[in-house]
Amino acid sequence: MAAIAPGGSGGMESPQARGVPGGRPPGLTLPIWRWVILLVAGVYFLIPLWAALRFAGIKALGSVVTQAGFGDALWLSVRLAIVTTVITILLMLPTAVYVHLRLPKVRRLLEGITILPIVIPPVVLSVGVLEVAPAYLKSTPYLLALIYVILAMPFAYRAIDAGLRALDLKTVVEASNSLGAGWITTLLRVVLPNLKTALLSATVLTVALVLGEFTMASLFLYQTFPVWIVVFDQTSGQISVAASLDALFVTWLFLMAITVFGTRQSRRTGGGEATLFSVARQETRGN
Amino acid sequence: MDQTVAASGAPGSLADPGASGSGPATQSRRAARLTGPGVLRWLRRVAGIVPFGVYVTLGLVIPMIAVAIGAFQKPNGGGFTMDNIKTATSGVYLHGFEQSIILSVVTAILPGIFGLLIAYAIFTARRGAILRRVAITASGVFANFGGVPLAFLFIATLGSSGLVTQWLSDLGFNPYDHGFNLYDLGGVAIVYMYFQIPLMVLVILPALEGLRPAWREAAENLGARTWQYWRYVGGPVLLPSFLGCVLLLFGSALAAYATAEALTSGAIPLTSIQIGSFLNGDVIPGQENVGKALGLGLVIIIAVAMVFYVMLQRRAAKWLR
Amino acid sequence: MAATAAASSLLLAAACSSSSSSSSSGTSSASAVNWATVTSASAGGGMNALVAAAEKEGQLNVITLPANWANYGTIMSDFSAKYHIHITDANPDGSSQDELNAINQLKGQSRAPDVVDIGTAFAIKGDSEGDFAPYQVATWSNIPADAKASDSTYYSSYGGYVAIGYNPAKVKVAPTSFASLENPIYKNQIALNGNPTQANAAFSAVFAAAIANGGSLNNIAPGIAYFKKLHAEGNFVPVTGSAATVESGQTPILIWWDYLLASEVQHGGVPGFKIVIPSDGVYAAYYDQAISKYAPDPAAARLWEEYLYSATGQNLWLEGYARPIELSTLVADGTVNQAAYKALPPTPSGSVQFPTQAQQAAAETTVAQQWSSVIG
Repeated sequence: MAAIAPGGSGGMESPQARGVPGGRPPGLTLPIWRWVILLVAGVYFLIPLWAALRFAGIKALGSVVTQAGFGDALWLSVRLAIVTTVITILLMLPTAVYVHLRLPKVRRLLEGITILPIVIPPVVLSVGVLEVAPAYLKSTPYLLALIYVILAMPFAYRAIDAGLRALDLKTVVEASNSLGAGWITTLLRVVLPNLKTALLSATVLTVALVLGEFTMASLFLYQTFPVWIVVFDQTSGQISVAASLDALFVTWLFLMAITVFGTRQSRRTGGGEATLFSVARQETRGN
Repeated sequence: MDQTVAASGAPGSLADPGASGSGPATQSRRAARLTGPGVLRWLRRVAGIVPFGVYVTLGLVIPMIAVAIGAFQKPNGGGFTMDNIKTATSGVYLHGFEQSIILSVVTAILPGIFGLLIAYAIFTARRGAILRRVAITASGVFANFGGVPLAFLFIATLGSSGLVTQWLSDLGFNPYDHGFNLYDLGGVAIVYMYFQIPLMVLVILPALEGLRPAWREAAENLGARTWQYWRYVGGPVLLPSFLGCVLLLFGSALAAYATAEALTSGAIPLTSIQIGSFLNGDVIPGQENVGKALGLGLVIIIAVAMVFYVMLQRRAAKWLR
Repeated sequence: MAATAAASSLLLAAACSSSSSSSSSGTSSASAVNWATVTSASAGGGMNALVAAAEKEGQLNVITLPANWANYGTIMSDFSAKYHIHITDANPDGSSQDELNAINQLKGQSRAPDVVDIGTAFAIKGDSEGDFAPYQVATWSNIPADAKASDSTYYSSYGGYVAIGYNPAKVKVAPTSFASLENPIYKNQIALNGNPTQANAAFSAVFAAAIANGGSLNNIAPGIAYFKKLHAEGNFVPVTGSAATVESGQTPILIWWDYLLASEVQHGGVPGFKIVIPSDGVYAAYYDQAISKYAPDPAAARLWEEYLYSATGQNLWLEGYARPIELSTLVADGTVNQAAYKALPPTPSGSVQFPTQAQQAAAETTVAQQWSSVIG
């Protein structure tokens, strides 16, 4: 697959440098490389899906969705996803903003802390948690949600951090303060709208993580959606492949719903949002 | 760029300058800080991260301590022993660390680059709101896809009798006759890209917002060529985030095991698979502490990677000044 | 003491489903009994008392029992229907280690597992950790002496042989033994179900290959060398084989337990699938049952075991193409399901040897160290 990558020799060279003579307005040549990249990506991601679909057959896809237990498992996962996302954002966003603003020296440490959960084996995490968790927590599936926050931490933090770096946070916050806004107002009406993409990325990552996380849920003996997809009574290999394709599709639909909902929210709160520095919306971007 | 802005603090701004330096003034300041309003001020400063700290302690530090302690214990909770560490750093387990690191580095850098290109291609398109939305959500889905289903997708595509293999054979070029194999480290890497690239797309995306079109136009007006724009403007803006995302991809690849397990059944030594066979397998009872020693090894590898990362960030910041 | 136990178990076996019992009063004594410490049905006041107490609990938590593994799906639904006990099957794809973890970590929770179906190496470990409650089912004497723990904490349930399954549609020359698999005609066709350092079935397959290649229960290394050779020849693909990979034609030859090849592949989408026990490497293993000491539903747990070891339960396992531990008794008594019995692959001649704990441990270490050299 590496051999099919568009020209170029890898490394951090610019995409446009690939075979583009200098001096020509970039707008004319960009579309070509853009389509090449998208074509290659499309081929790489879609053909294996199609190969699996060919094997499973459309009918099998439908039969999975109508199985008993599909709805319950999906609903459990959706609830867990909502709780996890809310807690993750509530935890990571203020922390990231705070550290960027006030404790810049801690930033590296924070990056290190937030990446550690990724390498802890799920079994160890589950044993550790189950030993310290009080009994009332152990008997509810929402304990899983609390752990998923830890699992989502690396990804959510990275997305939020990337968004914060793109933002001239200090200046924006200072200006907001000099105009008389308090902490909360600044956070909600100045910082947050500028972090829309970062929050969207973090939300998508977290929700998709919860809807796809199998190991911890099965160790905790809960039938979340990804667990159900693997363990429901599968009568043939085609059904099991169809089930995993269904899981992909359902997750994707759910994420689409979230993005639609998210955009509609922002249109409702008004494009006339009093942001001090207008970060160019993607729609108006040139090249 | 961002570090210098944050580090300098105009008086009276929200961003207090951090305390640094030495000398009697600082020392008396330090002494003063241990008492009275100084303590309160310090407490208020760190208060913002207390909730995070508590959460992290409970959910991360405690399991990590459990791993660290377990790595040095005899089976059945005997006493202290270095045996687990010795086992974990020799023979097939040492080989496993090597292979895991190689695989993770390759599947961090290559998808890092491709992911950045794809993200840039999609998100700088003038029209294409739907494409963007589909790409974000699809990336979210694929970033968490893996294990047996993903392995099956690729077996059905690039396996010895897979779809693409058949197509290529019909064209006269059977990849398997030319050294390609889906079930070795290279093949596993190709499959890993399926979730690493979307992960990159999602986490680099917010950073792309930082590339203001106004800068591009200004650069062009000043006569800059494309590569100059990237060398002096685009690159410096993206590089810190890019490095951070690559680090994340590295960790993600290190930890992934279900996909490699389904593709190779452990025939290639990879640390994450080896941990699985000790900690939740059906064959070897009583050796969980070796598994924990291997887990400790992974934590150390990530810590070392962090060190490289910090060094790279510093050098990049100097370079691109 | 033993005579009384034997006598009452004979009586119970004969009158299992009748409502009159030889023991004393029914429900009133059951409520006074702490079923968590009862070591046999008779000690708890008789089978009817057990049934009553179990039905009162109304709930049973099982773990790691896939529906089409040795017919557990039917066993669970039949049990539920007969005794109106709701069964929750958690983590069906889990491993034996997961089961022990669940017993320990979920102590005191109502979701904790009541019973486990576990590999012998882990049964031994669980026993040494004190996870299990001793219990002797009514048909205890029909279980061979070497198939049950001396302290009655775990006992063999069902098992099968390592077998080679192949899809005749794709595999024109029928394999019969490990040696025959080296035929170049099988290029890229042979797979195991899982990682021998992690999956019992795959580990057993390596053991069988060892026996076929000059090794023994003391020496598993030739088995690993065999797969290395098979891989070098291009016949063995290290992918984890499954019903899906067989159906899609990727791995038309699969080495697995005979009963799983039957229930998951033959009856899971590949109708013509054939199963043969290799002539040169005969290896069998049984799984074990045990009751958790901390079972939240102790009476239901014990009733479940009684059900599994009754002729009904044993035959249900047989219908899942597995060999129940009391098979010889069933055949002798004439209570065996003849159709299911005949559907089994022909039993190889000679008696099967099982590895001792020491041999198993040594083999595990060897596999752990050498399996990843198969590819490199």
